[in-house]
Amino acid sequence: MTDLDRLEKNLLQQIEAADSEEALESVRVQALGKKGQVSVQMKSLGKMSPEERKQKGPLLNGLKARIGEAIGARKEQLERAALEARLANERADITLPIRPLPKGKIHPITQVAEEVAVIFADMGFEIREGPDMEDDFHNFTALNFPPDHPARELHDTFFLERQEGADPMVLRTHTSPVQIRTMMSEKPPLRVIIPGRTFRCDSDQTHTPMFHQVEGLVIDKQTHMGHLKGTLNAFIEAFFEVDGVETRLRPHFFPFTEPSAEMDVRYSRVGNELRIGQGDSWMEILGCGMVHPNVLKNCGLDPDEYQGFAFGMGIDRLAMLKYGIPDLRDMFAADARWLEHYGFDALDQPNLATGLSR
Amino acid sequence: MKFSLSWLKRHLETQASLETIVETMVRVGLEVEEVENPKERLKAFTVGHVLHAEKHPDADKLKVCRVATIDGEKQIVCGAPNARAGIKVAYAPVGAYVPGIDVTLSKAKIRGVESHGMMCSVRELEMGDDHDGILEVDEAAAVGTPIADIMGLDDPVIDFEVTPNRPDTNGVIGVARDLAATGLGVLTAKPTPKIETGFACPQKIALNFPDEAKNACTVFAGRVVRGVKNGPSPSWLQEALRAVGLRPINALVDITNFLSIDQARPLHVYDVAKLSGTVEARLGKEGESFEALDGKTYKVDDTMCVIADERRVLGLGGVMGGTFSGCTDETTDVFIESAWFDPTRTAKTGRKTGIISDARYRFERGVDPQSCVPGLEQATDLILRFCGGEASEVFVAGEAQAGTKLIEFPPSEVKRLTGMAVSEPEMQRILEALGFIVEKGGVWSVLVPSFRPDIEGKADLVEEIARIVGFDGLPEQSLPRLHVVERPKYSKIQDRVRLARRALASRGFLETVLWSFCSEKQAKLFGGGAAALKIANPIAADLSDMRPTALPGLLEALKRNSDRGRKDLNLFEVGPAYHDTTPTGQQSLAVCVRMSNPPRHWQGSEKPADVFTAKADAMAVLDALGAPVENLQATPTAPDYYHPGRSGQLGLGPKNILARFGELHPFVASQLDLEGTIIMAEIFLEVIPQGKAKATKTKPALEKSDYQAVARDFAFVVPEDMPADKLIKAIKGADKKMIAAVNLFDVYRGKGLEAHEKSLAIEVIFQPKDHTLSDKEIEALAEKVIASAGKTGARLRG
Repeated sequence: MTDLDRLEKNLLQQIEAADSEEALESVRVQALGKKGQVSVQMKSLGKMSPEERKQKGPLLNGLKARIGEAIGARKEQLERAALEARLANERADITLPIRPLPKGKIHPITQVAEEVAVIFADMGFEIREGPDMEDDFHNFTALNFPPDHPARELHDTFFLERQEGADPMVLRTHTSPVQIRTMMSEKPPLRVIIPGRTFRCDSDQTHTPMFHQVEGLVIDKQTHMGHLKGTLNAFIEAFFEVDGVETRLRPHFFPFTEPSAEMDVRYSRVGNELRIGQGDSWMEILGCGMVHPNVLKNCGLDPDEYQGFAFGMGIDRLAMLKYGIPDLRDMFAADARWLEHYGFDALDQPNLATGLSR
Repeated sequence: MKFSLSWLKRHLETQASLETIVETMVRVGLEVEEVENPKERLKAFTVGHVLHAEKHPDADKLKVCRVATIDGEKQIVCGAPNARAGIKVAYAPVGAYVPGIDVTLSKAKIRGVESHGMMCSVRELEMGDDHDGILEVDEAAAVGTPIADIMGLDDPVIDFEVTPNRPDTNGVIGVARDLAATGLGVLTAKPTPKIETGFACPQKIALNFPDEAKNACTVFAGRVVRGVKNGPSPSWLQEALRAVGLRPINALVDITNFLSIDQARPLHVYDVAKLSGTVEARLGKEGESFEALDGKTYKVDDTMCVIADERRVLGLGGVMGGTFSGCTDETTDVFIESAWFDPTRTAKTGRKTGIISDARYRFERGVDPQSCVPGLEQATDLILRFCGGEASEVFVAGEAQAGTKLIEFPPSEVKRLTGMAVSEPEMQRILEALGFIVEKGGVWSVLVPSFRPDIEGKADLVEEIARIVGFDGLPEQSLPRLHVVERPKYSKIQDRVRLARRALASRGFLETVLWSFCSEKQAKLFGGGAAALKIANPIAADLSDMRPTALPGLLEALKRNSDRGRKDLNLFEVGPAYHDTTPTGQQSLAVCVRMSNPPRHWQGSEKPADVFTAKADAMAVLDALGAPVENLQATPTAPDYYHPGRSGQLGLGPKNILARFGELHPFVASQLDLEGTIIMAEIFLEVIPQGKAKATKTKPALEKSDYQAVARDFAFVVPEDMPADKLIKAIKGADKKMIAAVNLFDVYRGKGLEAHEKSLAIEVIFQPKDHTLSDKEIEALAEKVIASAGKTGARLRG
């Protein structure tokens, strides 16, 4: 074993034995510092003969490199150990509760109105809206309710205080006046739905003085009642997200449609749960029909040239049926417990690609 | 409208089952609401045979009977005086529900003697009023036979909704006609009876109306029948009436009730002995009144059509007759009225008086004007048969409207409007079965019968044909797609409503939907209460005004929830606010409120919401809606229901306010009974400027600098009343190219400053674009900042 070998062995042992960064530093100074053992040897190279230098030079350089590496490796070890030791003291009790964030919710009426809009948008329906306060012409007369007709009485209308020199105003009893506004301001072909607030002077377990309807209107030169049936059936299946929903159209009376119909949907009750689509009972779900010739005429359209259908349904009722909400009145009570339970996450934006609802 | 199956079969020959009849009614548009079969209701009751009866050992009036029943021999204790051995009775077993006393039977011990079941009276079975003793049935009836069978009660009653357009179905005949048209059976036509008349009508009748009210009663037919003997009507008639819920009274009254339901033809019968002079239909006069058959006295006025003689008002035409001239068992001579009253006037009179009657119901929906005389003949026929007597000739005052009309009907309309292919012979058959007279041709001439006032034009005939064929026959077709992939449908404002809702829900607010109305007090507190926005007939006194903002409802909701213990709650509504009654007098507002009592937490509670939370809420919504948030100016100009010092408005100039925010004014809070600080914001969705429509969706290229940004902090002393905004703007303007951001990070008041001063600490970021800034350049920029700030009156804090 040469002196160099001995020196290397000795230094490596010291490096290995260094148990702190300070100790390791002093080994480094002792080996590689200005007056360190390896540095002294390196300096001696200058005094050597070229042959001797040629032989000793690589040996010394190798020694210096290995010692440097060993110090580096040990240093990393010591640093890692120090980090581990520090982290061992940095323990959080991760079972502690987080800070509760208030969770916002979307009201079921909003959610369902958006679901309805998404379905009809896919079938090419535009969305129109109109004012909640209407005159008699738009709410009744133009819709073929003659003055004093008993059908007006069925509507339990809210009237606004009559102002001198102004038209008498009502709170609209249905969204149908927007049909009139649409037909009077736009040219057919028309394909629109009309969601909105509606008002009737009625309040009991199943009626609230304010509720929501969505109206549909198609006017062109060829749409007939078969299209109405197809459109509504497609809507019902898409909305309730079940296949094979059985529906029936039944003749009925509305002043603004002729022929008029109501649509029933099959359902069954399993415990507290309502299953829409199949079963042994029928439930009325909407009113519809072909737009009455008088209504077309009132909007300046020739009923021998233009034709089409209209329908109307309760948004609140659709929400109750789909999501099993038991009482209409709760919709408007703003009870935080109810809103949190029946409400929807802001991220649940209805769309057809993901499905209307989770 | 109720009728029994047997009543229907008086007009319809059919083998169809009840189920088929009901289904068919629904299919043609007669919406059946309920079918009740008394046999079902009385199913538990069967014939029993009293074998033995002896006095109860401990009660004088009770008997202990042994009864043979369907369940074997039973011991039954009975209190009826007629309970005795040998009779056949109505036996109710233990467990049966007895409708007349609303009791479900259980095994009982009556004064120590066991009783297994009950023997029922007529009243207990709800088959009549008789309660003198238990029902005794035919001795020949076999034990165990259902009582309903013995009593002939196997007659289901159908109740259906008469839609306002179908006055003809207020008569059973109308229902039968619809059903016959479907092929379910054959309408049995009964010709109007021929009445032998012996003398001219001695009772004078007149119509006496001013010109403008001529249509109140256009025709009044009448006749006298002499020598009648009033009394109970025949049992079939009593049963028929009872089945539909009417109480039989006497033959004369029962006959008018019968024809009202059978033919939708209301009639009235007067006691001739009580009449004085001419009976006329005329308008009422102020001050007149009469006692109606419901026992109440009604005042009449000149909007009402009355029937009167020379002395008094006898009744309200088409609504209700009076007690004075009514028939009693002593009546011998009667005068029958068969008239036509105007639906509108009848409805108004009905509403005014509040009288609800079968006559009003029919006249206000429209009675067949051609049924006056035939109805009179039918009534006379029945009176002569049940009460005897001698009929006078008919006297008709006025003239019945034809009630018919001719419609030009191209049969192609059916296909055009319904898509259904119906053959022409089938169309013709249906129309004729419904009473129309069809003259075929290229365009058909269709005569509408007088009992169908609802039929106005071609579309109505299409409906008649389609509903009889059945809507099941409609082809199911989709609307043609307009585009392979549909175009967006939401308008800008509709999308803003959607985004505002989801932005607020994302910030932890619960969405509510609240009434559009509020109380007058609330309306006034929040800047509303205009006379034109008051509801004339509010559902409740505190829901009398259209709301000027959703705040009243939201604040009430906060209060209700807080009363339940929920004192940390964020609510919002995006909905209408009302300013006037024009079509544009309604705005969409997003309104959010916070009652902030953050829960305790081991890391320390969060700070309660304050005016700056409200500002952040408003800005978050505006940001979500794409408003230029960085250009908004905050001004302390919120309306007076806000705290005057802790509120503001956000706008793009003083005329274009986009939002309000702040604390609820403590006075308003106290008026609403609210405790603590309420934080709120109102965002106006319509007024946000609409970004320019761009040709492409391409975003502008990202501008980013490769050179080091430099941050420098400054502290400026400014007067207390100077808005911080002013200083920030001045600093931003110091070098618009170089200054990338100005962040105010501290506001200091106190030691080292005068009382009226505050110090604002501000970090300014310099961002060079083409080289690294030298120390000298940085110094120069800092000088510019200080100079620019100085122009606002700010001085660098030493």
